[in-house]
Amino acid sequence: MIRLVEREKARPAARPRLNESSVEVVLLLVALTSTTVLALIAIFIFAEGLPIIGKIGVREFLFGLHWAPTAGSFGIWPMIVGSVAVTAGALAVGVPLGLAVAIFLTEFAPASAAAAMRPCIQLLAGIPSVVYGFWGLIVIVPAIRNTFGGPGLSILAGSIILGIMILPTIISISEDALRALPPAFKEGSLALGATHWQTIWRLLLPAARSGILTAIILGLGRAVGETMAVIMVLGNAVEVPTSLLAPARTLTTSIGIEMGYASGEHRQALFATGVVLFVIIMLVNMAANLAIGRRDSL
Amino acid sequence: MGDMQGALAHGRLLSLLLAFALLVAGCGRQSGGVTVAGSTSVQPFAEMLAEEYMATHPEQAINVQGGGSSAGIEAVRSGAAQIGMSSRELKGDERSLVRVEIARDAIAVVVHPSNPVRDLSLEQVRAIFSGQITDWAAVGGASHPIVVVTREEGSGTRGAFQEMVMGKDSNIDAGALVQDSNGAVRQVVSSDPNAIGYISLGLVNGQVKAISIDGIEATAENVLSGRYKLVRPFLFVLSAQPEGQAKAFIDYVLSAEGQRLLAQEGLLPAATR
Repeated sequence: MIRLVEREKARPAARPRLNESSVEVVLLLVALTSTTVLALIAIFIFAEGLPIIGKIGVREFLFGLHWAPTAGSFGIWPMIVGSVAVTAGALAVGVPLGLAVAIFLTEFAPASAAAAMRPCIQLLAGIPSVVYGFWGLIVIVPAIRNTFGGPGLSILAGSIILGIMILPTIISISEDALRALPPAFKEGSLALGATHWQTIWRLLLPAARSGILTAIILGLGRAVGETMAVIMVLGNAVEVPTSLLAPARTLTTSIGIEMGYASGEHRQALFATGVVLFVIIMLVNMAANLAIGRRDSL
Repeated sequence: MGDMQGALAHGRLLSLLLAFALLVAGCGRQSGGVTVAGSTSVQPFAEMLAEEYMATHPEQAINVQGGGSSAGIEAVRSGAAQIGMSSRELKGDERSLVRVEIARDAIAVVVHPSNPVRDLSLEQVRAIFSGQITDWAAVGGASHPIVVVTREEGSGTRGAFQEMVMGKDSNIDAGALVQDSNGAVRQVVSSDPNAIGYISLGLVNGQVKAISIDGIEATAENVLSGRYKLVRPFLFVLSAQPEGQAKAFIDYVLSAEGQRLLAQEGLLPAATR
């Protein structure tokens, strides 16, 4: 009874502090769940995937040319090459296009045009990837087949689709970078007699390069991780591709296409593919953080 | 009086509890049900049948799982499942198990409808899929590179095709396009005049043309008469003659209603033995 009274007395002063700390604890727990989930996923993927890499041998697994998991060959080199090729292709399509749009939006577009274009670009980011894939399968793939021959399902088709998919990332981040530049840069350059284009090409783009680099790296991360759209237009052949018109398979599509029926070592090998992907994505993110860090210190 | 009522209420409560406990125990036994495990090719059909069966027999529980034909046969042997599903014939000492054929599935080799090629020998199909023949001109078509479309590793259809067409010594070319469902293979073949693929006979429609193999057309009649060879059985496998719930379910699958449902999904009726 006495204690109760004491607590009653103590309450008015203690209450705000109690609330304060309980909010902190709750927020800490929430923050911990997200990192815990990440840790759990990482532990799970590594626990499932590492044993088979150990059994096959890192070298055999990474550089093996033959993937026939039900017959006991587990080489993912064709998929690594496929991932690199398609990602490079996506950047080749998406970066010039995205940069051009960003320059147009910041430097040339009338306010009304920019106001109309921005929501469209955001909408581009909201289209589900399976819709991109289906559109690619129905429009891009036959166009490639009819123009260049071959099956149409190819690195080229995957690059075009992924290039479009990474546009919103590239446009919005490089536009931010260009807008963040001090107006004095441009004014000074124009005052010195440089043309508008010279100012953009020689001054603004180099000055915004770390922001643009961040845009490219984040776009790269998206392209490496995309699965569904790529499954539909890439052809998924397990062979090191020899041309832009050849079909290929990426690390993600290999997991996506085979997970349904995989069991035993086959399943483990797909998890091991996930391990490789995990490491690649971690490296990409580290590169992005490095680029962002450079941008902040500018 | 008050005590009497109390005791009565107690008694009623007790009997209620007892009835509830019995009910729960009964449910528990029911939900143990029948476990059906194995071939991922048979799985969707078994799931469909189990669903229909449980709709009319709500007291029965049929639990369908995948895992592959070999895993299903192993599960029956170890007692983990009462019924195993297999999309291949039993071999070796597996033949000691009880084999119930529930349906047959034919695999059709399909090309674009505009392709002039109508017939291939089994050897030609094998050579095309293994990458030895790469141009349609070699098999009587217009000169154009052949686009080979296959299923992904682990797929039951691919496994059956490998076994029945490719055999032990040749493998499907690594450069072949890979699609992850019968429907996706059909889509690619229907849109590419130079493509060749394989799908379940039940899924052949106007979009693609089924090729005759060694002069035998891929039709339901030829499958039923045994002339068309690319046919695999869909089996239920048991460790002993079925009884109880398992027998009731198998009887349902083999009944006119069960067979009608399977035919509706594109499968062919079980061979009459």
